[in-house]
Amino acid sequence: MSRKLLLEHINVPGINTLEVYRQKGGYRAVEKALKTLTPEEIVEEVKKSGLRGRGGAGFPTGMKWSFLAKPEGVARYLVCNADESEPGTFKDRYLMTYIPHALIEGMIVSSFALGAKVSYIYVRGEMMPQIRILEKAIAEAKAAGWLGKNILGTGYDLELYVQPGGGAYICGEETALLESLEGKRGNPRIKPPFPAIAGLYGCPTVVNNVESIAAVVPIINDGGDEYAKIGIGRSTGTKLISASGNLVKPGVYEIELGLPVEEFIYSDEYCGGIANGKRLKATVAGGSSVPVLPANLTLKLANGEPRLMSYESLSEGGFATGTMMGSGGFIAFDEDQCIVRNTWNFSRFYHHESCGQCSPCREGTGWMEKVLHKIEHGHGTMSDVDLLWDIQRKIEGNTICPLGDAAAWPVASAIRHFRDEFEWHIKEPVKSQQQNYGIANYAVPIEKAVEVKSEN
Amino acid sequence: MSDKVKVTIDGITVEVDNGTTILNAARQIGGDIVPPAMCYYSKLEGSGGKCRTCIVKVTKGSEKDPRPMPKLVASCRTTVMDGMEVLNITSPEVLEARAGVVEILLINHPLDCPVCDQAGECDLQNLGYEHGLQKTRYEFERRTFDRIDIGDKIQLHMNRCILCYRCVFTADQITNKRVHGILNRGDHSEISTYIQQAVDNDFSGNVIDVCPVGALTDRTFRFKNRVWFTKPVDAHRNCDHEKCNGKVTLWYKGEDVLRVTARKDQFGEVESFICNTCRFDKKATSDWVIEHPTHIDDTSVIASNHYETLKPLHVIQPNEALQAANEIELHKTVKY
Repeated sequence: MSRKLLLEHINVPGINTLEVYRQKGGYRAVEKALKTLTPEEIVEEVKKSGLRGRGGAGFPTGMKWSFLAKPEGVARYLVCNADESEPGTFKDRYLMTYIPHALIEGMIVSSFALGAKVSYIYVRGEMMPQIRILEKAIAEAKAAGWLGKNILGTGYDLELYVQPGGGAYICGEETALLESLEGKRGNPRIKPPFPAIAGLYGCPTVVNNVESIAAVVPIINDGGDEYAKIGIGRSTGTKLISASGNLVKPGVYEIELGLPVEEFIYSDEYCGGIANGKRLKATVAGGSSVPVLPANLTLKLANGEPRLMSYESLSEGGFATGTMMGSGGFIAFDEDQCIVRNTWNFSRFYHHESCGQCSPCREGTGWMEKVLHKIEHGHGTMSDVDLLWDIQRKIEGNTICPLGDAAAWPVASAIRHFRDEFEWHIKEPVKSQQQNYGIANYAVPIEKAVEVKSEN
Repeated sequence: MSDKVKVTIDGITVEVDNGTTILNAARQIGGDIVPPAMCYYSKLEGSGGKCRTCIVKVTKGSEKDPRPMPKLVASCRTTVMDGMEVLNITSPEVLEARAGVVEILLINHPLDCPVCDQAGECDLQNLGYEHGLQKTRYEFERRTFDRIDIGDKIQLHMNRCILCYRCVFTADQITNKRVHGILNRGDHSEISTYIQQAVDNDFSGNVIDVCPVGALTDRTFRFKNRVWFTKPVDAHRNCDHEKCNGKVTLWYKGEDVLRVTARKDQFGEVESFICNTCRFDKKATSDWVIEHPTHIDDTSVIASNHYETLKPLHVIQPNEALQAANEIELHKTVKY
């Protein structure tokens, strides 16, 4: 049984209340941080822990905090990004639903570390129950003196607000989130300036994912060094993975980074294998925006070594043979799933969610969706596949925010790895409407690379 | 540290003020190396960065940090650093990406230039002419909207819009009340007024001038004439509006003033914004003091019967690669 840091007490009845959460050692981190540590020491601990942002990009959290500008007389803000809307990712919702106090505790410690007097939790609009849960938890914490004026008699004041969003995927992008929080249309800002210099209301701001903030609690409790011992290489600590798709036991799992992907999919402790005794065809390892991989490349690296659930191992091989950790939305496809249909579905999502600010993403996502729709429904031509490849190349890297890239990568990787399936849809327009392409050779094990001895 | 920084664009070094954007540095050099800008407007704060036609490649970040930038950057929103090296028309990567942006801008554009009032002075038309493909690869239905009259002077033709946000910034910054904005999201977003409210204030006519395409057109000029049949003349009058200096361009057809616009510089930007009285109500020669014929660029269709020749700037004459690139740019503008 691997170590659990965030979900240790998830099965304790009433853990969503302050009382039970306290009994299980909750708010120890706040006491420790506010009474014994200086803000700089907390930032140092987080840096030592090697915690990487859990929202998708994997940027080291401690580093992000140390970049925060600290001009005199200007307010600083901490904003928690709970606009979780990546298809396949539902870990933050789970965390907020069942242990809201973990997030609130993390918010207090992090706000103290950053010197923020007012902090916001920006929650996606569809998550109304979670907003109520958080508001109730904040009221509880406030009544018990963990929030408000002069917390624990240390003279530190903190107000915590929950802000419901309008339910736009783009508002998960940090600058769009800040625009939306300010009450404007949620369009991403052009960077620089980065939020660490001019963020919310023009003040220095840090935007962190729910899980990153919650992970600060065990870091402060046990110390950054202790946290860094978990995991592998530069991927330290534990990560919540939202497993979905054709798995025996889909759900949210806390894993130690470095767990082999094969073990994650097939062991009974985690997903328990592919449902209905079928075989794995492909996976999306980190939420819909990361490249899709066929089964053989999911389980093994290109050189035959096992692939691990860590930031480095998942992205091993670049986009040619690798993918990304992303936000940890692990989607498994069995042999009866159609990759073309899935790619169309993803691009339909990005088409719908593009903010429409910059042209490649606004027009390109719609174009890709239409071409994919055409191929999926048996009207495609061979040149459409090349056209798709060309469109995604024109979008990727040419947009203001990463949504353009996120829309392009699934399409690019689907064509790269599953081109024969696309071509089958085109060559067999009637058949493709009635049956599936099947697993083909996507699960053929990768041979162990033969070592070539150098001659000199 | 001095206030001047050195930046090299396509091999031409220029010294500019600290904080200048790459686009404005290129405009100081002039010629073909100026990236096209569809959404950036120097008079409107916060504009730019959206259309992505001005993307360039930064091969050297600065003297201190010589690493190249990983992606192509929007030159209108990227400030120069000392020692920065930028490639625009000499980089095939940039030209390809720009052609891609042009194609993408055109896929939902109705291409109704034959009946569009903007034809002849349309930035998108010029851009499409220079960078676009002969054929479209888009085979689906283009999105359509109904035409909206915003007020009695301006018509919004949303089908043609490229969502550059210039008019939104104008409404925000030039007029005293924001009257319209963007509704919806993604490729179904549209410029509109709230519940079809009419646009009604003294400077609202300027949205017509800033619009790079024919999405916002002057209803008083609608279908009156093609711009290349009209003769532009610079003129002025004593305007009693405190924010308007009354300096305009009159567009004549024979004896009649068909329309009045603000004066535009070589980059298609107005020199100063004019009020609605000057624009819509003063359409008699007797209202104006005529100055001189407006200078029209050789490449413009308005200056018909003039043909551009290769006149490279003296700074680029020693650079053969750049001269070749200039010649390619020239061929794109040649009218057959």
